[in-house]
Amino acid sequence: MDGIFLQQLINGLTLGSVYGLIAIGYTMVYGIIGMINFAHGEVYMISAYLAAIGLALLAYFGLESFPLLILGTLIFTVVVTGVYGWTIERIAYKPLRNSTRLAPLISAIGISLILQNYAQIAQGARQQGVPTLLEGALRVDIGSGFVQLTYTKIFILVAAFVGMGLLTYIIKYTKLGRMCRATQQDRKMASILGINTDRVISYVFVIGAVMAALAGVLITMNYGTFDFYAGFIIGIKAFTAAVLGGIGSLPGAMLGGIILGISESLFSGLINSDYKDVFSFSLLVLILIFRPQGLLGRPLVAKV
Amino acid sequence: MSDDVILSVDNLMMQFGGIKALSDVSIKVKRNDIFALIGPNGAGKTTVFNCLTGFYKASGGKIELNLRGSHTNVIQLLGERFQFADFLSPKRFASRLYYKMFGGTHLVNRAGLARTFQNIRLFKEMSVVENLLVAQHMWVNRNLLAGVLNTKAYRQAESDALDHAFYWLEVVDLVDCANRLAGELSYGQQRRLEIARAMCTRPQIICLDEPAAGLNPQETEALSKMIRVLRDEHDLTVVLIEHDMGMVMSISDHIVVLDHGNVIAEGAPQEIRHNPTVIAAYLGADEEELV
Amino acid sequence: MSAAKTTAFDIKRSLIDTILAGLISLIVFGPIVGVVLDGYSFNLEPKRVAWLVAGVMAGRFVLSLFMQTARGQAILQGFEGGGSGVHVLAPDYKSRLRWIIPALIVIAIVFPFFANKYLLTVVILGLIYVLLGLGLNIVVGLAGLLDLGYVAFYAIGAYGLALGYQYLGLGFWTVLPLAAIAAALAGCILGFPVLRMHGDYLAIVTLGFGEIIRLVLNNWLSFTGGPNGMPVPSPTFMGLEFGRRAKDGGVPFHEFFGIEYNPNLKFLFIYIVLFLVVLAVLYIKHRLTRMPVGRAWEALREDEIACRSMGLNHVLVKLSAFTLGASTAGLAGVFFASYQGFVNPSSFTFFESALILAIVVLGGMGSTVGVVIAAFVLTVAPELLRSFSEYRVLLFGVLMVLMMIWRPRGLIRISRTGVTPRKGVAP
Repeated sequence: MDGIFLQQLINGLTLGSVYGLIAIGYTMVYGIIGMINFAHGEVYMISAYLAAIGLALLAYFGLESFPLLILGTLIFTVVVTGVYGWTIERIAYKPLRNSTRLAPLISAIGISLILQNYAQIAQGARQQGVPTLLEGALRVDIGSGFVQLTYTKIFILVAAFVGMGLLTYIIKYTKLGRMCRATQQDRKMASILGINTDRVISYVFVIGAVMAALAGVLITMNYGTFDFYAGFIIGIKAFTAAVLGGIGSLPGAMLGGIILGISESLFSGLINSDYKDVFSFSLLVLILIFRPQGLLGRPLVAKV
Repeated sequence: MSDDVILSVDNLMMQFGGIKALSDVSIKVKRNDIFALIGPNGAGKTTVFNCLTGFYKASGGKIELNLRGSHTNVIQLLGERFQFADFLSPKRFASRLYYKMFGGTHLVNRAGLARTFQNIRLFKEMSVVENLLVAQHMWVNRNLLAGVLNTKAYRQAESDALDHAFYWLEVVDLVDCANRLAGELSYGQQRRLEIARAMCTRPQIICLDEPAAGLNPQETEALSKMIRVLRDEHDLTVVLIEHDMGMVMSISDHIVVLDHGNVIAEGAPQEIRHNPTVIAAYLGADEEELV
Repeated sequence: MSAAKTTAFDIKRSLIDTILAGLISLIVFGPIVGVVLDGYSFNLEPKRVAWLVAGVMAGRFVLSLFMQTARGQAILQGFEGGGSGVHVLAPDYKSRLRWIIPALIVIAIVFPFFANKYLLTVVILGLIYVLLGLGLNIVVGLAGLLDLGYVAFYAIGAYGLALGYQYLGLGFWTVLPLAAIAAALAGCILGFPVLRMHGDYLAIVTLGFGEIIRLVLNNWLSFTGGPNGMPVPSPTFMGLEFGRRAKDGGVPFHEFFGIEYNPNLKFLFIYIVLFLVVLAVLYIKHRLTRMPVGRAWEALREDEIACRSMGLNHVLVKLSAFTLGASTAGLAGVFFASYQGFVNPSSFTFFESALILAIVVLGGMGSTVGVVIAAFVLTVAPELLRSFSEYRVLLFGVLMVLMMIWRPRGLIRISRTGVTPRKGVAP
């Protein structure tokens, strides 16, 4: 097999697993309140800043071992981003629960603008970055060349799948997960059965934010740079991943993310890297035309 | 199909995922009848309605309307899946593609079938008259240029539409509410407005989904009278789903009873009233007990 | 309200609320505001955090106290009741606008005689946004479709003029209708497949489309000039140019009419044409809301299923709104390009779409007058408050959220026209 092809496949897999993590936020929120959380991309952007800040703070306090550094950053980012998720829901969604359908969408766009501008004002418009934490790579010789698998990428893949596995466990086997699933099926019935659905919706926003935070730490580790505008494009792509996998479906989000990541990096590596974003967006439009329910989603029957 | 049958449903089947809502339903509705569809909760009445009116695409079977002098295949209107044979005949392919692109529920209404909804669906933030004008969309002057320039022909068409709207408002006794928001009306008034709105699409069949639900006995009585007026004076065929047996028995010409997605009985009200299978289905008795 | 209720101030609850809000804001603002990244190290800014947290706490405390007063309770009730704010006008109602509109037209005619170039350009920009706002108002306000890539159609209009001039030698007047048609076509092609799906998908697809257009403009160096943009010709009047000297030995406008050269002539001309177009669009929009298609848009916004049961093809009705909105943006794009003299992709970012959406939201979705006022407020105000330009986007965001919470329909009440009842049409 061609070296470049395999290399792009690996790059795509890492990128895709991170898209999948962000897509979870879209898919869960959509599943539970039937609405696209437009501010989710910005939550990811905030988490990228938090990751860099966490790293800088920990390094300042003299922490040097990689596992501790990454663990500390992860905890810091996840907690603060989770609070962001909670706050966003509290401000932009909860007061609008019984409003017109368009209202929460517009207020979420408002939040997204606020977060972008807020990060820009607080941190400056320049590109930010973090140093490479994990040096070195595995090199695999495959005859016609070699494939490079950096330790960072391996770490990302492992972390993404562990995060995904944990979430699946929570949703499938814990009380919180049961409440989420019940609320998703029928919010009114769930609240009649004594579930505090408002709180469940808050939890879902927090879970989405936590997954975005994990993605933020991982992407920041891999690429090193980001700016206040970073959430926009990644947000749309993660949404594409969620739609591709079937919105509302957790494994779908991960599958969609990986398919999108791989096809995008194959496109940019083998055809044209300038138009890779155009490619992803076109993919979104095509999916919506030909298979709006996605790969793992169920076809929707309108209730009459 | 004889010209007397206005709506014929053959072997209708409907599945949602693995759940079979309708297994084999065949119905013939005669022109100018009041036809009632009854059955216990969950029997599939509303599903039949939604298939008839084109909201659900039936999984199998045939629905044919014989309205306005032409035969309409409801399932075809909704856009069927492409089949291999379509790719061999350009004409079939073109028609399939046309219905895929432009087909849908609205064509069923344009063929001459109107409906109301179990949970009233009015345009709550539009005025009562506007509700009736929207219903006449297919009958007014929709030329953009004429409308923008406010030509004479356009004004005439709008005025005719208003006349028509007020005609139906008078029939359902809502003229005084013409300039109120539809959402402000009382429940009974909303039900009547919904019927008036359906009538404004100038149908030949009207399908009423539980029109008497939530009405008091006087209102139900008035509704029965109105349904008879629709049939007798406006040359209409009425298909209705109703739980109020008194009303159903008094106004229907023909009744079909559904249970678990199957037709279990049909006939005139008198026959249905004494049919043991129907009684069993409603009372939940075992068949053995009845024997 | 009884006296007992007003005196029962629960200070303790307010304090708890305040402390909670303070804690949350500390977590939220602390890292991002307090630790400013600088390369791989950072600077601490504890003062900013302290101010912000103190501000949030004070605000929460006041709000919490206020909500316990009778007035606050009343406002809270108002939120929960959620009165739609829609009302039907009496059939013989005469709007005050029939006085205001002629007055505004007079002001608009007199205005250029007193305006300097700066003022003229600001007003032109305002009018361009009025046009954009009106177009998006049809899509979002009337038809209830959230179009987040509206700027793409604006870009199609602007680049239509630039590219048409560069490659085909087309001028302002030829491109004006062509741009409207091109934008409408693009809207059609994009909208047709997407509009048959659940409404929210449209938002994200248009968002993606806006970004695709911008990326293509940015990356296709050989065709569009990439980030550097392209020049746009000045408009002409009957082939007469507005420059001091005409190209190719032609006669410039001022010489032809024997008037003194005025460098503002170009802007004056754009102003006049733009004003006429805005008036025409206003009139058309006014008519549309009273026409079958306008009624159908609003009905679809209210209840799509009911519309389908009444023979309305929901896809085509929505598509007509989407297309009309797009073509208005195309028109606005042509004016913007001639006004600026050049175009580049940075004028067509998502922020621009958000600004137009903010205009529609602030103006009251579906309200024409509101949109006109909001367009001027949101475009002219930032010109006057240049020092706040850094906070402009933040302000728009806050505005959108507050408007949605406070009054989802915008500032101006929506009124529906009444009809004189006709009696005796039925037996």
